[in-house]
Amino acid sequence: MRQLLKGNYAVAEGARLCRVKVVSVYPITPQTTIVERLSEICASGELDAKFIKVESEHSAMATLVGASSAGVRAFTATSSNGLLLMHEVLHWVAGARLPIVMTNVNRAVSGGWNIWADQTDSISQRDTGWLQIYCESSQEVLDSVIMAYRLAEKILMPVMLTYDAFFLSHTTEVVDVPDIELVDEFLPPYQPEFKLDIDNPRMFGGLMSPDYFYEHRYTVHKASQEALEYYPEVCREFRDIFGRDYDITEEYRTDGAEVIVVTTGTITSVVRITVDKMREAGRKVGLMKLRMFRPVPVDRWRSILGNVAKVVVIDRNLSPGLGGVFADEVQAALYSLENRPSIYPVVAGLGGRDVTPADIEGIINHALSSDDPAGVPLFWGLKE
Amino acid sequence: MERTTQRMIEIPRDVMTGEELWQPGVLSCQGCGGSLAMKLALKGLGRRTVIVLPACCMSIIVGAYPYSTSQVPLLHVPFETAAAGASGVRAALDIRGEEDVVVMAWAGDGGTFDIGLQALSGAAERNEDILYVCYDNEAYMNTGIQRSGATPAGAWTTTTPDKAVKEESKKDIERIMLSHDIPYMATASVAYPADIYAKFKKIRSIKGTKFIHILSPCPPGWQIDSADSIKVSRMATQSNVFPIYEVENGKYTINVYPEKEVTVKEYMKTQGRFRYITDDAVNAAQEWTDRKWEKLKGMLK
Ligand SMILES: Cc1ncc(C[n+]2csc(CCOP(=O)(O)OP(=O)(O)O)c2C)c(N)n1
Ligand SMILES: [Mg+2]
Repeated sequence: MRQLLKGNYAVAEGARLCRVKVVSVYPITPQTTIVERLSEICASGELDAKFIKVESEHSAMATLVGASSAGVRAFTATSSNGLLLMHEVLHWVAGARLPIVMTNVNRAVSGGWNIWADQTDSISQRDTGWLQIYCESSQEVLDSVIMAYRLAEKILMPVMLTYDAFFLSHTTEVVDVPDIELVDEFLPPYQPEFKLDIDNPRMFGGLMSPDYFYEHRYTVHKASQEALEYYPEVCREFRDIFGRDYDITEEYRTDGAEVIVVTTGTITSVVRITVDKMREAGRKVGLMKLRMFRPVPVDRWRSILGNVAKVVVIDRNLSPGLGGVFADEVQAALYSLENRPSIYPVVAGLGGRDVTPADIEGIINHALSSDDPAGVPLFWGLKE
Repeated sequence: MERTTQRMIEIPRDVMTGEELWQPGVLSCQGCGGSLAMKLALKGLGRRTVIVLPACCMSIIVGAYPYSTSQVPLLHVPFETAAAGASGVRAALDIRGEEDVVVMAWAGDGGTFDIGLQALSGAAERNEDILYVCYDNEAYMNTGIQRSGATPAGAWTTTTPDKAVKEESKKDIERIMLSHDIPYMATASVAYPADIYAKFKKIRSIKGTKFIHILSPCPPGWQIDSADSIKVSRMATQSNVFPIYEVENGKYTINVYPEKEVTVKEYMKTQGRFRYITDDAVNAAQEWTDRKWEKLKGMLK
């Protein structure tokens, strides 16, 4: 059914449709309306789940460690400082191979409070082992919750979905909310092979000597990479049932492009319309939307970007002393190519600073007119 | 006042003959109170129990992959998350219709008094249907004897070295837990196995958050002979340093009235960790102990 939904409510709908059994969420702007909505639907019985009203995000994730280890589908949502507070437990969850799904509203990280869009929060969790998927629309967020459980429970890895503060979390869009019966068809109940079980007592997560730990870490790595193989099947089945899907990495109007702009999140939509406009004017520009960031779809990035002269990577995140992290990773992925493109790293829109079509056009023109990207990030729109 | 009889010290028949859920082969030091406490607790609880275990000595004692000494399911969790992890297991078991299974968080004093206090307070405030056990060896022993909020005044640890032994008194965790109005709170000691056994049997039928604080001697940390750990823990109760009591829905009962009384000084004298304490500090510890004991007796009325 088509409904007008804010991004956060689309997330709550996603959790409801997946029949999650344990929910543990702690409020933080701009995620709070998810907590409120989930509280309502758990209280009304629309969602038959136990909502644990924890005292912190650290405990939110820790309760899910318990719940998921005991074999039930578990969900949480957070943002910014809340995500950072979970950090220790995020590593734990991936190491324990628990298929928890979490949505994170991308919000700037303090000091100097800022509640607006910025990806530095989820980027800081890059190495935890969580799969990361960056979303562009409310529909994509809702659908991705459903796809994420399917993926997570197959490969036994946790999945983090992210979307931009306010631009998506608080913006109303038309969203098609699927019938729950169809979701049931797509997503069977979670029945793990191993769980805390009185009749089959096992110990989970104990001490591992150097004789075992290395192989254990390798299996976590392999499990993450399995997502690349399994995701196309998830997409195919999702399309069969719901009539839409989302490519692991989206390619848009890249035919014969001289420059391809690589983006994530809502900036993608701005680049999309700018590309349309510039294409109309005969300019050879294209877009690559980076959706799955962990695991890294290296082959896909290489095949899309391998034959273009120039690549602009726009980062709404900052690793101080380096620059944008997506640009860094894209460069690393392309380095071994013989005819690797020139990379133009651009940082833009930190802390919710608006990035307009005019900005994008300016960024593209900068790349087209300069021959030496020098690898140093351009801080676009910085005030004097 | 009633004196505790020999019965409290004897090991009940059920403990000797009951199913062994904490198998031999544990990696503890000799004379470890914590491992003994776990053994007794599981005797009382029986098979339908899940253990949630944060970082502490016990997470090593239980065995390294691929071995485990526990015969009930056991989930390791990060250091400060025992109560939160247990809350999650509880929720899942309820959903699975296994309400009768006891979920026992088992944490050290560091994991309880210090780093895990926030999560514990949250769980207790929600009155989660879990059993939270703090086995208290009065320092961070896993990491090699550093002071915790449970370390008594006058004690040496590696972070309260000889020239600056701990000045602050032990945190009153019982009072903190009782301020959450939980249905059951008790102290226990490995010197009184019958009492431990009875308490863990009893909690099965109590809904809501149960908290049991067990004094658990640590020979290397307390600098005592491993053969003396029971004797020293018994003196902790005989000196009223660690009274054994329980509070059920607000009603106090002292479970062990020691068969003989010893002074705090005599108790401290048995342990190398108190060898740097000044006479003034001993007197202060005696006063602190007397005050707490009188207050506890006052709660009986
Ligand atoms: C977040 C975090 N900080 C520190 C540690 C290191 N650490 C592991 S166990 C421990 C002390 C445990 O003390 P306690 O809870 O009293 O248990 P004990 O080892 O004394 O039985 C510490 C500091 C850790 N594992 N995690
Ligand atoms: Mg300790």
